[in-house]
Amino acid sequence: MLTPAESQALLLSLKVSLVAVAFALPFAVLGALLLARARFPGKPLVDGLLHLPLVLPPVVMGYLLLLVFGTRAPIGAWLLHDLGLRLAFDWKGAALAAAIITFPFQLRAIRLSLESMDKGLSEAAATLGAGPLDRLLNVTFPLALPGILVGLVTAFSASLGEFGAIITFVSNIPGETQTLPLAIYSAIQSPGGEVEAARLSLLSIVLALIGLTVAEFAGRRLRERYR
Amino acid sequence: MSVECAIRHSFGAFALDVEFGVEHRGITALFGPSGAGKTTVTNAIAGLFRPHEGRIVLDGETVFDSTSGRFVRPQSRGAVAVFQDARLFPHMTVKQNLFFGWRRAKNRVALSEVERVFDLLGIGALLQRRPAKLSGGEKSRVALGRALLASPRLLLLDEPLAALDAQRKAEIMPYLERLRDDANIPMIYVTHSLDEVTRLADHLIVMQQGRIGAQGSVFDLLPRLEFETLGREGAYGAVLRATVSQHRSDGLSMLGFDGGTLAIPKISRPVGTKLRVRLRAEDIMLARDEPKAISANNILPAIVDDVRADGPSHADVRLRCGNTRLVARITQSSVARLGIAPGQHLYAVIKSVIVDPQRGRETDD
Repeated sequence: MLTPAESQALLLSLKVSLVAVAFALPFAVLGALLLARARFPGKPLVDGLLHLPLVLPPVVMGYLLLLVFGTRAPIGAWLLHDLGLRLAFDWKGAALAAAIITFPFQLRAIRLSLESMDKGLSEAAATLGAGPLDRLLNVTFPLALPGILVGLVTAFSASLGEFGAIITFVSNIPGETQTLPLAIYSAIQSPGGEVEAARLSLLSIVLALIGLTVAEFAGRRLRERYR
Repeated sequence: MSVECAIRHSFGAFALDVEFGVEHRGITALFGPSGAGKTTVTNAIAGLFRPHEGRIVLDGETVFDSTSGRFVRPQSRGAVAVFQDARLFPHMTVKQNLFFGWRRAKNRVALSEVERVFDLLGIGALLQRRPAKLSGGEKSRVALGRALLASPRLLLLDEPLAALDAQRKAEIMPYLERLRDDANIPMIYVTHSLDEVTRLADHLIVMQQGRIGAQGSVFDLLPRLEFETLGREGAYGAVLRATVSQHRSDGLSMLGFDGGTLAIPKISRPVGTKLRVRLRAEDIMLARDEPKAISANNILPAIVDDVRADGPSHADVRLRCGNTRLVARITQSSVARLGIAPGQHLYAVIKSVIVDPQRGRETDD
């Protein structure tokens, strides 16, 4: 059904997106807790900074990533030589770019579910003897699960579609960094690639629909259980 | 177990300034209209709210002191709260909810005691269910059970019945009565319902606009308070402790109290059972001479303590029957017609005696 090149792009996209959302999740949870629960000076600024990837042109994000993590940039060189971790022109770099770009989707979803959560349940847990971490792990997070799930799926879907930051940071290398959108771009660029572009686009649409259906179904199951 | 609580706090124009002590097991009602600051007080005791000033001592341990800056966190206070909306954890089963506090308690109650709590509250059959599948009354009972299993030093019940309709209230009330009589835990019970106070409380603290209006034993204090203060509820009247003294062949049971005897339609409790009896102010008529040909079974000689006008047409007449205080609510016109004045000897004609369905406490205090 799929040509080897197509399945390669599909599998790479899935791998990049999975790693991206998994990597961004803990940061999104921490950020959401910070914004939903803590009060500190400069909070609007932090709020803005955390949401920056949402409004910044992805190309700019890719460029910034090159500046920081390029092989000759200080952090990039250190990661490469001392830890053997290569980001530039590597699928891991693509995952990092996707993680940063889609981080705000997770952050927003988790923050909303934390803010709409009944504070009373946490208070009840406290008088029953549960400390702050205990309450977070056993009351707050399980109750935020529908929100976390929605955030994960949205971020995953957005990751699958990320183009600008990836192509700028890690280039367009088939089998290494060429995810579905990049493959579509290449197909459109090459003469006679219209059919290929159409097939890959159809694949992207199917993937997006599956993602949305899964999110809707899982969200409904969770909410029914709680209500 | 004792509670000492002295706190001051201001929320803009509203100032909270209360000081009280609870030395008893049994139920202390924190009674007052909504907005009086009752919940703020219980939240402060639980550690969910930190007042500007004051001191709270639970069982000799200072858990809050604004001068030294001491503030013990709620999870370490042992003051377990039961809220109006039950606040069961929706992602856990009833069983997981019930054991939430138990698993975290320093001195876990034995499993045999757990069984007893399940029986007491009738929740043994609900264990595998999720809170979403429970009725309002069942939720309240599970919330009570969850609190009891956490080995609390003190139970804070914040309007536990307010969210329930009359039928559900009637369903839970006996459980609360049993809890009061059986559990050896002091309870602070926030309510704006005089009916709940008269049925459940041993001790009463009346709150108004952030301050304490009056406090004392329910038996002593209730008849001395004004109808107005108590929210103009039909439950206004006296609560007394009585003991079943005799079951007569004419279909009446006799209840002895400190000041006389009451006759009521036969009840099934054995002689010697202690009961709470309520005499509503509206159910007492007054007569200057002893009425002879009258259908009422209970005519008690009483002495007038004082008479206070209550609204445009009514008056509260406070009476003493031996050592027991009663109050009658009659019209000012009747007061004038009978010439009722302090010190006067009268006859109180009791139209109806309300005996609470559960047995009263076994101990005297």
